[in-house]
Amino acid sequence: MITVLNYGGGNLKSVENVLNKINAPFKTTDKASDIEQAEAILFPGQGHFGQVMANLTEKKLDIALKTALNKGIPFLGICVGLQVLFDSSDEAPGIAGLSIFKGTCHKFTTGKIPQIGWNKITTTKSNSFLTDDFYYFVNSFHVVPEHPEIVSATANYHVDFTASVQHKNIFATQFHLEKSGQIGQDVILKWMNQK
Amino acid sequence: MITKRIIPCLDIKDGQTVKGVHFENLAKAGDPVSLAEKYYNDGADELVFLDITATNDKRKTILDVVEAVASKVFIPLTVGGGIRSIEDIHNLLLAGADKVSLNTAAVVNPQLIYEGAKTFGSQCITIAVDVKKIENTYFVVTNAGTKKTDYTVTEWVKKITDLGAGEILLTSMDTDGTKAGYDLEVTQLVSDMTNLPVIASGGAGANVKHFTDVFQKGHADAALAASIFHFNELPIPELKSQLKQAGVNIR
Repeated sequence: MITVLNYGGGNLKSVENVLNKINAPFKTTDKASDIEQAEAILFPGQGHFGQVMANLTEKKLDIALKTALNKGIPFLGICVGLQVLFDSSDEAPGIAGLSIFKGTCHKFTTGKIPQIGWNKITTTKSNSFLTDDFYYFVNSFHVVPEHPEIVSATANYHVDFTASVQHKNIFATQFHLEKSGQIGQDVILKWMNQK
Repeated sequence: MITKRIIPCLDIKDGQTVKGVHFENLAKAGDPVSLAEKYYNDGADELVFLDITATNDKRKTILDVVEAVASKVFIPLTVGGGIRSIEDIHNLLLAGADKVSLNTAAVVNPQLIYEGAKTFGSQCITIAVDVKKIENTYFVVTNAGTKKTDYTVTEWVKKITDLGAGEILLTSMDTDGTKAGYDLEVTQLVSDMTNLPVIASGGAGANVKHFTDVFQKGHADAALAASIFHFNELPIPELKSQLKQAGVNIR
């Protein structure tokens, strides 16, 4: 059973549609206790770093997520669900992220912003879920981890940037798996069926 | 590097596609869900739905269409037509739209762009900018091209950028429906002056050069077309493979 985090924003519906399509059992919640007791957590993203952190804090979901991730519960984060794992973001100066990983989110400085569209990723040796393929991105900010070994894929948008991270029980992508067609669904299935 | 996007546009009236769509193996003629699925399977990068329902009491039908499509098609969906309020935007996003496209309402009430971007994020606020060249200047027009505004395209694009728009859907009323190619002049003008991604629209014929030109000369980030796809004059797989051969970065 996948527990989908409803933090009061984002494109919840798209993620639920995909989970229905691949026959994945799931429940959607905004309760901290559900997160702490989940078998697996999916954090669908879309939104402003500061606003998302404020919503999480208000419902004590920030503490629940930290507890769950430290306990080793499998986690999949998408877009802002990747970004909030880090210390901070230029999008919301002074707002603390979950600090699961060291690093910050920077804004793209070159090209059209946001990046919108399909971009090809290059996986690293840390990756076990993704294929080197095209995925759908919508982002103005990208994470810059202090520890490069957690990076599981990179892509290029006028600059090389982190497209996904994978470390122990945590997997998170900057791109939208739920909007990346069949390939995105295959990745969610693979994550779901991991040992 | 990011690829150029190919976007079919479906006109929806009272919940059905209009402009007689000709595909023999579609389950139901006029059914937007079947057509959307076909384009999804053909490799479309996104889909745009334009609701041209005239009567307000039938407007709700677009929500049903979006909901049905979103449960079967897993690429970004943009919906435009008749959106006037934050509530309209919210309802479409809840139904499964990823972006909304604002046109007349944005000109009448530019604050809607700001409020929409603040509430839902810039990434889901696309502004449909319809333009017409009048005495050598491109002016913004509304109400399906029937009403000229006082905004030149450069003034308007600056304004919507400041208000927090996330993307521009640029339609040239001078080339729309001609099938003689996109309006390269205004596409390049807008693409080069803004930091926002630009979807070019209006004038695509069954000619791959129209697309290579709009990407390479017009500097567009995406190209939208309707009838050439609906009438199977230039199928998406063929268009994409020829664009790749021409050196355009395509998925």
